[in-house]
Amino acid sequence: MIVNLSSVPLSVQTTCAYCGVGCGVKATPKADGGFEIAGDTAHPANAGRLCVKGSALGDTISLEGRLLYPMVRPQRGSDELRRVSWDDALGQVADKWQAIIDEHGPDAVALYVSGQLLTEDYYVANKLMKGYVGSANIDTNSRLCMSSAVAGYKRAFGEDVVPSSYEDLELADMIVLVGSNAAWCHPILFQRIAKAKEKRPDMKLVVIDPRRTATCELADLHLPVKPGTDVWLFNGLLSYLNQIGAVDPAFIAEHTNGFDAALAQADAECGDIAKVAKTCRVSVEALTEFYEAFAANAKVITGYSMGVNQSSAGTDKANAIINCHLIGGRIGKEGMGPFSITGQPNAMGGREVGGLANMLAAHMDLENAEHRNAVRTFWDSPRMADKGGLKAVDLFRAIEEGKVKAVWVMATNPVVSLPDADQVRRALAKCELVVSSDIIERTDTNAFADVLLPALGWGEKDGTVTNSERRISRQRAFLPAPGEARADWLIISQFAQRLGYTGFEFSSAYDVFDEHARLSAWRNDEADLPRKFNLAGLAGQGTQAYDAMAPVQWPLLAGEREGAKRIFADGLFSHPDRKARFIPTAPRLPANLPEEDFPLTLNTGRVRDQWHTMTRTGRSAKLADHIPESFIDMHPQDALIYGVREGELARLTSKWGAMVARVQHGGGIARGSVFVPIHWNNQTSSDARVGALVNPVVDPVSGEPEFKHTPVRIEQFRVNWHAFVLSRTELDLESVAHWTRIQGKAFARYEMAGRQNIDDFTAWARELLGVTDPDADWLEYADKSERMYRAVHVVNDRIEQCVFLSPRLDLPARGWLAGLFAEEQLSDLDRAGLLIGRPMKKGVDAGPTVCSCFGVGRNTICSAIRDKDLKTVPEVTACVKAGGNCGSCVPELKKILIETRAEISAEMPA
Amino acid sequence: MKPALVVIGNGMAGMRTVEELYKLAPDLYDITVFGAEPYGNYNRILLSPVLAGEKTVDDIMLNTREWYDRHNITLHAGDPVVHIDRSRRIVRAQSGKEVRYDRLLLATGSKPFIIPVPGHQLPGVIAFRDIQDVETMLDAARNHRHAVVIGGGLLGLEAANGLMRQGMEVTVVHVTDSLMNQQLDKPAAALLQKALEARGLRFLLNAQTAEITGPDRVTGVRFKDGSEIPADLVVMTAGVRPNIELAKAAGLHCDRAIVVDDTLQTYDPRVYAVGECVQHRSATFGLVAPIWDQARVCGAHLAGAGHRRYVQQASPTRLKVTGVDLYSVGDFIGGEGSEDLVLRDPRKGVYKRLVLKEGCIIGAVLYGDVKDGPWYFDLIQKKADITRMRQTLLFGEELSAA
Repeated sequence: MIVNLSSVPLSVQTTCAYCGVGCGVKATPKADGGFEIAGDTAHPANAGRLCVKGSALGDTISLEGRLLYPMVRPQRGSDELRRVSWDDALGQVADKWQAIIDEHGPDAVALYVSGQLLTEDYYVANKLMKGYVGSANIDTNSRLCMSSAVAGYKRAFGEDVVPSSYEDLELADMIVLVGSNAAWCHPILFQRIAKAKEKRPDMKLVVIDPRRTATCELADLHLPVKPGTDVWLFNGLLSYLNQIGAVDPAFIAEHTNGFDAALAQADAECGDIAKVAKTCRVSVEALTEFYEAFAANAKVITGYSMGVNQSSAGTDKANAIINCHLIGGRIGKEGMGPFSITGQPNAMGGREVGGLANMLAAHMDLENAEHRNAVRTFWDSPRMADKGGLKAVDLFRAIEEGKVKAVWVMATNPVVSLPDADQVRRALAKCELVVSSDIIERTDTNAFADVLLPALGWGEKDGTVTNSERRISRQRAFLPAPGEARADWLIISQFAQRLGYTGFEFSSAYDVFDEHARLSAWRNDEADLPRKFNLAGLAGQGTQAYDAMAPVQWPLLAGEREGAKRIFADGLFSHPDRKARFIPTAPRLPANLPEEDFPLTLNTGRVRDQWHTMTRTGRSAKLADHIPESFIDMHPQDALIYGVREGELARLTSKWGAMVARVQHGGGIARGSVFVPIHWNNQTSSDARVGALVNPVVDPVSGEPEFKHTPVRIEQFRVNWHAFVLSRTELDLESVAHWTRIQGKAFARYEMAGRQNIDDFTAWARELLGVTDPDADWLEYADKSERMYRAVHVVNDRIEQCVFLSPRLDLPARGWLAGLFAEEQLSDLDRAGLLIGRPMKKGVDAGPTVCSCFGVGRNTICSAIRDKDLKTVPEVTACVKAGGNCGSCVPELKKILIETRAEISAEMPA
Repeated sequence: MKPALVVIGNGMAGMRTVEELYKLAPDLYDITVFGAEPYGNYNRILLSPVLAGEKTVDDIMLNTREWYDRHNITLHAGDPVVHIDRSRRIVRAQSGKEVRYDRLLLATGSKPFIIPVPGHQLPGVIAFRDIQDVETMLDAARNHRHAVVIGGGLLGLEAANGLMRQGMEVTVVHVTDSLMNQQLDKPAAALLQKALEARGLRFLLNAQTAEITGPDRVTGVRFKDGSEIPADLVVMTAGVRPNIELAKAAGLHCDRAIVVDDTLQTYDPRVYAVGECVQHRSATFGLVAPIWDQARVCGAHLAGAGHRRYVQQASPTRLKVTGVDLYSVGDFIGGEGSEDLVLRDPRKGVYKRLVLKEGCIIGAVLYGDVKDGPWYFDLIQKKADITRMRQTLLFGEELSAA
């Protein structure tokens, strides 16, 4: 599907590629061929605002590094890829895939997909696996993100339904953010909260997070709980609300089950505030303040993200929160509700199509025979999956064990993002067939792929995504398909047809969406198989309507134009008895606790300006500025105890793996914890893949891994030298012990450190920078005994590369040198400053040297003659030293003296 | 009647001493000056620019005859002293003229070393020492084509440059493998050689002169390896030898030169010596700066204001070849316990090297960018501790001040 640029309207309304807020984006072509990216004022999620990542989307659409053609890897483990035709590529995959199914059955193959797929892509992938291959072995990186929230909703409501909308955040009198650094991870949502709080300062914001994050800056109350103690906290709240009678007996009686059991469980361990405060390691006063405020406010929104979900008790945490909303009937009405805020642009769309191993489709369940029948009929499918498939972590275990022999990865990077990520490498290395659909050629995961299939990226693909408030928005193409890249839904459909399946004859994204919408409405009524998820209102709308589709929330019943802002206002839930369920949540500690060898607790998360594994954000120089390198954030006292220093490198080790990064403070980390960002990987750094350390324990219900709690130890990473390189050309970093690559404008910056002793600096630098020409324009500075070296490589008077080396961290600031890469030509003044890494001040111009013995310039002499009214050469010499040594310049001095005297008398008024 | 001061040598050292003396005691002595050259006193250092045609002989005159008259100094130019009778305190000149002295100042300078190879007496073989030599060279430049300069030191390169500027094809012959090895390290010498080659000079390094050939006038130079090059003019710039025959004959204690103490006094309390003819604490002198210092000290003692002592100091070298910026001072080779700071920008023809020891600069070689030379020289003399500005030192005074 090629989009012809000339047919692209002046500006295109689409949706941001990043977080789950799902902001509307307007892309307008610029004269230089690039695109002006702005917030879409018409989009309800952001009303024109964009965060820094979104604003920089324009920097990330270059084709540099893109996977443009189908490729096969003739030899496992080698870097060499061979370009093949689509026909050839899909043929090879289909043959191998089918052979494996024939020999080992449908559960020997699997898809591992992504919350960055569009709903249409997701739908087709899910249909293929569950309805045709006949296995539920399709899971997604959303498993790592919000599956606990899904499980929590399903247990409580009987269906995966977010009951609230963003505007409820503005209507609430109190917002509780749990395990959510919204300020960095959902900036636009956070801005909406900030604005609302500005309008209504009495609106209360409570942040519950072990870290004092940027989000806390706006908070009225921050509870820095001990990692993993959320269930105690909310059980305590449930018990407290009951004790003070902040309950809605009518609501509990008419619309819920299991209250007594849940309450008993809460009272058992968490009936006493003091005890809870101790367990959660917060002050009784702070905890009481939180409980009282919750009780005092009817309109409470509890927003939660990874801090809740990514835990071995993630589902219980979600339900402990929901319990506290059910007890007071705080749900389904304006400004209230338990609100899971998702991290990916289309995690929600994936949930709607059932793109997780334990779902079927359109909010119908695998375990439910009636549901299976309904879907089978609708799909007219030959072979339905009838049991849950392997969830992410189990899937890659099964691959290593040889149970799953073929895996197709789409739009995600498990070698970086999964826990025990080195296990994922082992698994892929053993897997008989590894296929990857991606937009980037070189990723840590693609290095293991036998077949690489070029997919469309943001700005090229066309379809829908759903954000955290159930709002379906269009992602629209404003760029042509590059090379031979194809839409994921098309790739999968063509693959399915090759396998001989009918039911994949889609000719457009609309075809897919329409089938998805019709399935959502299929037998969806009270008498039959009722689900809240219903897109009847969008079924059969036609291509034009689909293309023009404005952002809309579901459910959207037949004939409706506006979806529902809130769900469960009527108190009718999705369980067969239409009641919500209190879930007793027995508090339990994280699976692995700190011990002697691993005394610290590793917490992971995002930074403000990067996204996932940086395949997109990593290409923007603007986004690299905020936090250029990975880091280990920790409390200064811990640093002292474990002998590491801020700014220096340290190795972090867990039972599962190790990494190296720079130590820093100031992230508001409590003692006993360290924080490491999830983004950096082998493409951007030598050894910063934090996934390798994360313990592969998961929540028993949701299967979501415990990313936020892994015991680790830290030790100094000794190096003999530190260096940085700025280069227009890519470097071969084989020989460098530690490095990070940072994208700059027209160059790449490398921060490095090494252990080997360098005897010949020049030779080392030239090899590192790949300079072979002995007559290259090469400036250098060497202080051998101090082991300091600096060199700059200039090509046609333009800076090409530079390297600065020191045994200490006292390297000059990178900023000024980086700026020079924008210059087409170096001025002499700039050139003079190159080797010191800072601009030379333009001193007073002494003029051409006259006396070289004392370095006295003509201007200096002239002004001395004028100012001091000198009349003879000896006077000049006495005054400015010129001529006082060898006397070579005395004749010149005489001349200058005569000339200047002449000028002076000429200036005299007659 | 005033005591008599006789000055042997009408060169820069002697006259500078007399000027210093005048500053302190204008009419303490009756002064008589004997000079071998038939001129007033001139700035020998500027012979190179004269040869190069950048200056005229008048430009380099320091003291004209009028000056001598004005200061009632009796000048006997072109009449060298041939004998000193210390017991009678009389000097006798070539002309037979005898003058009695109460104080005697020896400023006999030095003479070029002429390598005693066969043919070194041939016409067309000269040194580069005085105006006469310059005139010989200018004359040769008018009538001949090939010039050979033996000795690639400071003087040799200036001579070669001058001759080239006068239109001759010049080859510089040097015994070691790098030019100005008394003042430059190899990298700087290489840059210098490149620059001078670019101007048209030719160089033969590691070349041992075996013979100067020619029937009645020089026609070529042959080397130990048997090779030969044509030469209509051969300039010997292979160093100088102090003029000490006169002093020796007078029984004054000499080693390599006339030995003086910190007051520039010889072993005879009535006799002083300054300039290239003296040896002070086993050092001899060729550059101007230390000689100016000697003149100040000696002048003071002659004036009876005997409070000054001469202290040797590193003195910078510069090459007076227009367009070649070069600065060298102190121990630019270094050794045990010394450290180097080096900056190279070959494309811009810049090379800077500082030699450090125990936190101080002890030597500097600058090529291409010499503006900070005097600053480094100052730091060397002050023995300033540069540890704190070590990282910025090579980038100049301005950045280091910050």
